Amino acid sequence: MEEKLRKIGAEASKALAEAGGLEELNDIRVRYLGKKGELTQVLRGMGALSADERPLIGQIANEVRASIEKELASRTIMLKDLAKEQRLKDEGIDVTLPGTPLPRGGKHPLTIVTEEIQEFFLGLGYSIAEGPEIETDYYNFEALNLPKDHPARDMQDTFFITAETLLRTQTSSVQVRTMEKTTPELPVKIIAPGRVYRRDDDATHSPMFNQVEGLAIDRRITFSDLKGTLDLFMREVFGPKTKTRFRPSYFPFTEPSAEVDISCVMCGGKGCRVCSHTGWLEILGSGMVHPRVLEVSGYNSEQVTGFAFGLGVERIAMLKYGIDDLRVLFENDLRFLQQF
Amino acid sequence: MNVSYNWLQDFVDLELPPQELADRLTLAGIAVENVIELGKGIDLVVTGRIEEINPHPNADKLVITIVNTGEEKLQIVTAATNVKEGDVVPVALEGARLAGGLVIKRAKLRGVESRGMMCSGQELGIDQKTMPPDQAHGIMILPPGTPLGRDAKEVLGLNDHILELDLTPNRGDCLSMIGVAREVAALLGRPTRFVEHSFPELKESIQGQVRVDIEDPGLCRRYIARLIKNVRVGRSPLWMQSRLRSAGMRPISNIVDVTNYVMLEMGQPLHAFDYDKLVDHHIIVRSAVDEEKMVSLDDVTRELSRDMLVITDPSGPVAVAGVMGGLSTEVTENTTSILLESAYFNPVSIRRTSKTLGLRSEASLRFEKGIDIGGCLRAVNRAVQLIYDMGAGEVVNGVVDNYISPISEKTIMFRPARATYVLGLDIPKSEASNILSSLQFKVQESGEDLLVTVPSHRVDVSIEEDLIEEIARMHGYDRVPATLPYGSSTQGVKTPEQSFRALIIDTLAGAGLHEVITYSFTNPRVFDLMNLPMDSPLRDAIKIQNPLSEENSVMRTMMLPGLLAVLANNFSRRVQDGAIFELGKVFIPSGIGNTHEERSVLAAAAVGRVGGSWKMPPLELDYYFLKGVLERLFSVLGTDPVSFHRETANPVFHPGRTASIEAGGRKLGVLGELNPDVLERYEFPERVVAFEIYLEELFAVLGRRNVYRSLPKFPGIERDLAVVIKREIPAGDILKIIRNTGGELLDSVSLFDIYTGEQVSEGCQSMAFSLKFQARDRTLTDAEISELTAAIASELSSRFGAELRG
Repeated sequence: MEEKLRKIGAEASKALAEAGGLEELNDIRVRYLGKKGELTQVLRGMGALSADERPLIGQIANEVRASIEKELASRTIMLKDLAKEQRLKDEGIDVTLPGTPLPRGGKHPLTIVTEEIQEFFLGLGYSIAEGPEIETDYYNFEALNLPKDHPARDMQDTFFITAETLLRTQTSSVQVRTMEKTTPELPVKIIAPGRVYRRDDDATHSPMFNQVEGLAIDRRITFSDLKGTLDLFMREVFGPKTKTRFRPSYFPFTEPSAEVDISCVMCGGKGCRVCSHTGWLEILGSGMVHPRVLEVSGYNSEQVTGFAFGLGVERIAMLKYGIDDLRVLFENDLRFLQQF
Repeated sequence: MNVSYNWLQDFVDLELPPQELADRLTLAGIAVENVIELGKGIDLVVTGRIEEINPHPNADKLVITIVNTGEEKLQIVTAATNVKEGDVVPVALEGARLAGGLVIKRAKLRGVESRGMMCSGQELGIDQKTMPPDQAHGIMILPPGTPLGRDAKEVLGLNDHILELDLTPNRGDCLSMIGVAREVAALLGRPTRFVEHSFPELKESIQGQVRVDIEDPGLCRRYIARLIKNVRVGRSPLWMQSRLRSAGMRPISNIVDVTNYVMLEMGQPLHAFDYDKLVDHHIIVRSAVDEEKMVSLDDVTRELSRDMLVITDPSGPVAVAGVMGGLSTEVTENTTSILLESAYFNPVSIRRTSKTLGLRSEASLRFEKGIDIGGCLRAVNRAVQLIYDMGAGEVVNGVVDNYISPISEKTIMFRPARATYVLGLDIPKSEASNILSSLQFKVQESGEDLLVTVPSHRVDVSIEEDLIEEIARMHGYDRVPATLPYGSSTQGVKTPEQSFRALIIDTLAGAGLHEVITYSFTNPRVFDLMNLPMDSPLRDAIKIQNPLSEENSVMRTMMLPGLLAVLANNFSRRVQDGAIFELGKVFIPSGIGNTHEERSVLAAAAVGRVGGSWKMPPLELDYYFLKGVLERLFSVLGTDPVSFHRETANPVFHPGRTASIEAGGRKLGVLGELNPDVLERYEFPERVVAFEIYLEELFAVLGRRNVYRSLPKFPGIERDLAVVIKREIPAGDILKIIRNTGGELLDSVSLFDIYTGEQVSEGCQSMAFSLKFQARDRTLTDAEISELTAAIASELSSRFGAELRG
């Protein structure tokens, strides 16, 4: 009997080792351990044994059963792992196939740059002001210390609607509009982005373009504050290594006035074709708000000072993205727009 | 203004290289755009005299010349036709290099040896415009007495650098050599050298020989006349010609050249009249009479008008004051006496006149910026000196100087404390005083402050801030520290509308549309292209008085033409699929006076399909695409419920495929396919869809506030409902009935399938809806939902004759 049991154990072990799948394992379990299984059958014959033999054979039978169960369990785990491995292998996909194409749109680069400028100044406590694009001569010129027949009007060739209305040539037109509303409140800190128009159309001029005006009015706002603010701004837009340079200039509505250059974004200031080998790029005009502009807006220019600046969004976008032709900004070729 | 480095040396010692000088000036606000080296790369060109001209044996168009260069006589073959024996010309020797890199070698021309080349002005890098007409296309001919064998660059003043100034309009004083010299002297801390003039005068006096009357002192505050007799008109000396050329002016004759030379040197435009042709030798300065005519120096008849200032004699105008002289009194070879005018004209008047006449001259450019009224006399005397020095005439004693109400000098109180307040930089009073003095301001101590007298040439300086700028720029902007404003802080916020606009752009870009920026002006012809009837209010566009072209001559009243043009341009470049949008303004005249309205409009247009791949079919950019975009937008913004109603009467759009977009009783805009006629005019081979949304209307229906609704605690139930229904019933109506009947328990409904074909009767379609029911306070029972679903089906049946589908 003992021999028979051991033989069953050996057969079962062999069968388990050879079993290739989980179903087969189940068959083996039924065959040996099931109610009608071989081991059970043998144990049923135990009644015929002597009292001395019974515990001995019983023990052997239990050993054999335990061993089969153990092997069965480990074999089951192994085959399950194998099966899982196989399934995962079968489920493999070509991960290099292109993904589901979701339509991709985008913002115009001029909008991206304008928003970037806005975010910077919002962070410094500036609000966003707006004004009409069809503007009166008064707000566009007169109130900005540019009376009719002023030679500086030549700097901005103007589209006229009537003798007294025009397409604004500069976002500076928003300055006096804003201050008229805020006076006598202080401080005033605004930027005014928007479209402006000049009668120029060539490779480097578009009859419509975008500017952002900045204006800060308070007691004790100084020229050095203007420098600090624009210095910070340029480093924000063009990177921390950007240097700024302030040159005396002239705008009728600021005094003192300054033209601001930045170190060339292409060569870092060493001199290249983009900066005409000067190492500097002209980027914006600025200055301390002219006392007459403060006065027409209702502020006392003796107590209140301020600075203003105006920058061209196209210029910044072109430098930032390395665009060498102004016209592509307004052609709206989708192949261009898709790059942003 | 082109400034010759050598000329500048007459007035101030420079002792620094031209580029360095340019950089210093630029940083002081006198921007130097370019430094040009004259005669760059030119070498081995000398002066030579043509001794002989002989025919060429083998060529009709060539001649053989013998040229004496002082040291040797060279045989040179030339095709030039403007030379004659005895002429002195620039000669490029063997091995010479000329402008443009040409190298001269010994050569045989048609079998005859040629050992050099006679040069034109251009070959020496001289601008053709500054050459006399007869030499513009031929060899440059030098004055007869020019020494031979000299370096031509030296003789022609080509060993020089030119500083091209890009002056700001306030610095008219720097439209002169002495103006620039003053700046340079102040910058370098050196003195200026301006000489006083002296010349002998004839015994006879100008008194009684010249009469000047100024009728309108407002337009002419000063008029000086001097008289020169025994004038010999001829060529000016070479050095003067060279200097005029260096400034970009063409030498004409000694008298005219002197007036131009003094203008360049001192900034005072002068005019020379032929004295004998001035009727009664009487100058009257007055406004022109309407339709009065004058033939100007360029032989053009100019029609004058009453707002122009003219110089006249009793017979009529002889010059448009400050702009251009008249032909009748022009200085010619036969002139023997001249009257020299040095005057101050009203800048505004000059500017208007030159604009009206379309005449911009070097003189008007200076007058309109305001010249130095205190310098008129010095300038005319400088001219007299030059004429005398070159032996071109004799000076009649005395001056006629009509100087009406000489203005007193401008004085400004300068407070160092104020400068600190404005600049944020402490500049000691002593430094301020030094800077102002170096710029030739007169400075007087006045307690803590300085009383500053402005020199008459600085017409741009009138208030304290102007002085602050002078000090800051001379001190150096780079030495001003960089700080940030302190004091009361502000919070930077966007208005709700600004935030919404940003959100709209983000949402549309995120939905697959590309933002474009198109011009705000357009071609009035687009209204025809867009199918607008003649009486459409959209045709009433604001016109630009002075457009660049018809194409951009009116302000847009609608956005779509711009977008269609963008799609059409892309089409022509074979970029044929895409969706674009623009957020911009349209401009509506509002009738009365100058007022107008600017309305913000969001517009989009789409054509074709995008994104097809192995995995999914392409996305059709059709009506339903743009509608989906709008639905997402409305959902993101949180508008009141929006409905789409068929709009059949909009001429721009397809009558069967267009919807009016409405919410809260307002029309937000229109969405649809473009009318086939419009598509045909734009030559689109495909359907194009578009929308325009009026932002003002959209903002008015942004009712929803974002308030959190707690999530449901009880399970919901989903049911599908399929009905067969007549095709003409709009889905919107069906959905409305379902929602109304479903009531509060119906959480959401979606249309997930539309089917026509077998098993669906003719003229009908099967529509399958997915209904989701949810109660907030309990678990719904199957029974009540079945009942509700049945009620919906029955309502659809009674309203639209819908049949429940199995």
